[in-house]
Amino acid sequence: MTVADIDAGPVAVASGAGQTIFRRNLARFAANRLAMASVAVVFLFVLLAIFAPWIAPHDPNETDLFRRLQPPAWQAGGEWSYLLGCDALGRDILSRIIYGSRISIFIGAAVIFVATTVGIAAGLAAGYFRGWVDVTISRLVDILLSFPYLIFAIGLMAMMGPGLVNIILALAYKEWVIPCRVVRGETLATRELEYVEAARALGASSAHIMAREILPNILSPVIVVSTIRIAHVIILEASLSFLGLGVQPPTASWGSMVADGRAFILGAWWVSTFPGLAILLLVLAINVASQGLRDAFDPRFQE
Amino acid sequence: MSQNDILLEVEDLRTVFDTSEGAVRAVDGVDVTVRRGECLGVVGESGSGKSVTFSSVMGLVRAPGRIAGGRIRFDGRDLIGLGPRDMRAIRGRDISMTMQDALTALNPALTVGEQLAEMLNAHDEDLPARGGARRRAIREKSVEMLRLVGIPSPDSRLGQYPHEFSGGMRQRIMIAIALAPGPKLLIADEPTTALDVTIQAQVLELISDIRARLGMSVVLITHDLGVVAEHCDRVMVMYAGQVVEEGATVDVIANPRHPYTRGLLASIPRLSMRGQPIRPIEGQVPNLVGLPPQCRFYSRCPERMDSCLQTVAMRPAGPGRRARCIAIAEEAVA
Amino acid sequence: MSLGKLTERLLHLVPVLLGVSVIVFLMMALTPGDPVDIMIGDQSVTPEEEQAMREDLGLDLPVHRQFLVFLGNAVQGDFGTSFYHRRPVFDVIVERLPATIELSLVALVIALMTAIPLGVLAAIRRNSILDKMATVGSLLGVSLPGFWFGILLLMLFAVHLQLLPVSGRIGFDSEIEPITHFLLIDTLLRGRPDAFWDALKHILLPAITLGLPMTAILMRVTRTSMLEVMRQDYIVFAEAKGLRRGRILFRHALKNALIPTVSVAAIETGSLLGGNMIVETVFGWPGLGRLVVESVFLRNYPLVQAAVLFYAVTYVLLNFIADLLYTTLNPRVKL
Repeated sequence: MTVADIDAGPVAVASGAGQTIFRRNLARFAANRLAMASVAVVFLFVLLAIFAPWIAPHDPNETDLFRRLQPPAWQAGGEWSYLLGCDALGRDILSRIIYGSRISIFIGAAVIFVATTVGIAAGLAAGYFRGWVDVTISRLVDILLSFPYLIFAIGLMAMMGPGLVNIILALAYKEWVIPCRVVRGETLATRELEYVEAARALGASSAHIMAREILPNILSPVIVVSTIRIAHVIILEASLSFLGLGVQPPTASWGSMVADGRAFILGAWWVSTFPGLAILLLVLAINVASQGLRDAFDPRFQE
Repeated sequence: MSQNDILLEVEDLRTVFDTSEGAVRAVDGVDVTVRRGECLGVVGESGSGKSVTFSSVMGLVRAPGRIAGGRIRFDGRDLIGLGPRDMRAIRGRDISMTMQDALTALNPALTVGEQLAEMLNAHDEDLPARGGARRRAIREKSVEMLRLVGIPSPDSRLGQYPHEFSGGMRQRIMIAIALAPGPKLLIADEPTTALDVTIQAQVLELISDIRARLGMSVVLITHDLGVVAEHCDRVMVMYAGQVVEEGATVDVIANPRHPYTRGLLASIPRLSMRGQPIRPIEGQVPNLVGLPPQCRFYSRCPERMDSCLQTVAMRPAGPGRRARCIAIAEEAVA
Repeated sequence: MSLGKLTERLLHLVPVLLGVSVIVFLMMALTPGDPVDIMIGDQSVTPEEEQAMREDLGLDLPVHRQFLVFLGNAVQGDFGTSFYHRRPVFDVIVERLPATIELSLVALVIALMTAIPLGVLAAIRRNSILDKMATVGSLLGVSLPGFWFGILLLMLFAVHLQLLPVSGRIGFDSEIEPITHFLLIDTLLRGRPDAFWDALKHILLPAITLGLPMTAILMRVTRTSMLEVMRQDYIVFAEAKGLRRGRILFRHALKNALIPTVSVAAIETGSLLGGNMIVETVFGWPGLGRLVVESVFLRNYPLVQAAVLFYAVTYVLLNFIADLLYTTLNPRVKL
């Protein structure tokens, strides 16, 4: 879901005042120059990912043994058509970084999409029905939170084997508890509010109340949390790829590119450095943007 | 009154807080005189500048607040412009302070004994220089102070934390800490607001009692004229950053000269005239940014006239009394 | 806290630990294919061993009985055999533990020693250049991928400046007979300051890499809580008492500000466990994390399963300790 959806959609249910607050928060966010610059960087990466075949100067998987470990353009032995140099198989690093953005962004977005969908459903159910539903879901959340994230994902990847879908599942199996906890807490607080009581008195079904009355009013914190979490998921995916448990070669992913360069830190610094820089840049931009989002939208951080 | 009688003399004190909406003149030309051994009551609503005035005296105003002008003389020394080291030596040793709520003023993570001992350690000059003798002397003095303020079995309670005491006991402990080095002036900022009525009386009695015994001066900051009537020799009424009336407590209460003081008195059940209705003062303290040059009480004053729309200075209003009201001058002329 | 309360809290851990073992069991049970084939994986096994395994796992029993067998074995420390090592899984894990614990502790110490002073400084010099640098630094700290940061450190300090070793726990010449298996301690116990120095040089870069995100988080927590504490009445009262600034900052303010820092540190120590796998791989550190990663590639599933369970249990216990620390440090929280 995007920011535009909420703006047009059901937030209006909470009366015109909600709309104005949303607009004011959006304006506050837009006024944060650093956050906007970060949004631009994120946007740029998304464009790179979508238009990779047209932007990338070379085929990311085309090997050329004559260009084995060719340094970046500004160093002796480099050429400008291979700006960031080549890896051990003579593949163009820049092109692989551009294609690698597809993996990072796709997995990050897919995991957060799956996790947020599941987390919202589970959190709404727990917070709305309470009782044994809440106990069951909350217990499961507690248990999943007891696993360090990476080891949980590694364990699952070990059992399920590599592959794009399996990575998304391995991360989403644990990730959903985070939106779930947020939604549960907000639902518990919201279900007692007057307009929800009113809807219940008018005989609205539980599904209707959850989807139409409660959900629109708790989306802001969920979105804030989800954007912060995308950054975490991207690092986790890169970590799995670095360990060799992520996307399998020859598909370019930033984590595995950094791993490829480990063997050459003595002579070819560029092989590891540039893909890692790409991860840092994207994650940093997401973190700064989400911090701006949080400052603008979460009343607890407003002074 | 001889110059030597005066312990604290504040002249034309101005303390401002720089905010995004402009400079808030929280204290705007305040004069204060505290004589040796007396108890001065300072009365006003919240936002009247009464607490900020005495924070300024102690040099405790923090950014974005600052002292923008005036003179503070304590015991013959100018306090404004004193270095942090000298100011630190005066705080606690010469001028001590208690705060409204002992629960928040006492450090929750340190034992009562430590909070007392550090005060003695910093200021008491009669203690042995160092070592075990000093530690023992500090402990003895701490026990003595707790006994003075009426804490039962003080020896065993030094090792306890503030949350292990009742509200009244905590207030007593805070007073014990403030009084431990034997200060010349105690500033008691709303000492009873956080307490039950019965305990209020006990704590105020305690302060009066110790003042008499130690011969120190007390500034009692409160919003309750009733408290002032019972415990203070003189009273100073503040409104919107200014002093509006001052004089001997008996005189001011018997014959208030400023409409605001009259309003305050009328709002207190115990002190209002029998048979007269109790009525709160209507309206609110004005915003202290960009005030027009007029009587600050104008908008709320039941007796306002057109001539109030000019700067009004403090003027004499009887022996030892002053008030900031244009009506007084006209009386004098008439 | 009374012993009764402590026991009560410990009992609260039981359902969580039980749930954790169910999930670890399911990870294996739900994997398609014959469990024994999966567990044996690429390891070479005799038919007798295979038969013993089937019996050991109770595979002819229904699933819930299988879980009870698994749980019963796990409680006794029986996680099956690592056919690659030809030894019980438990022994292999225990052998690798000291290296991981030592690395985690040094990382923790480095994180605390940098985060607390920096957080305090940033708070008392609010909005200064130092504060802004600390803010940017902590943002970088949580955004840096650990594996990449480790490689950068290696390229700079080991390859370029040649100040520090590239991998391992200790140099060949400095190897000593172990006593506690913590090399920083053993080298001193054996009276080998040169070997201690060598071990220290080996642990430095991995510990910094491992501790970096924690440093960033702790610095932020310390700064925020210090700012919060400095606004409290008891600080104003301490100032009114005419105490020295050092005493106000370090006794009155820091003692309160550190309560959240310490409990976050205990929780974050659990996250160090997660980072171990990455850091130990980058720096060739012979600990549990690297063992897990290697075992995944060797399809040494019993070991992976046991390690996942081990990490989760440790994590639960660390969170429990965090809780205890918070309550004991904070005299106001009554149990």
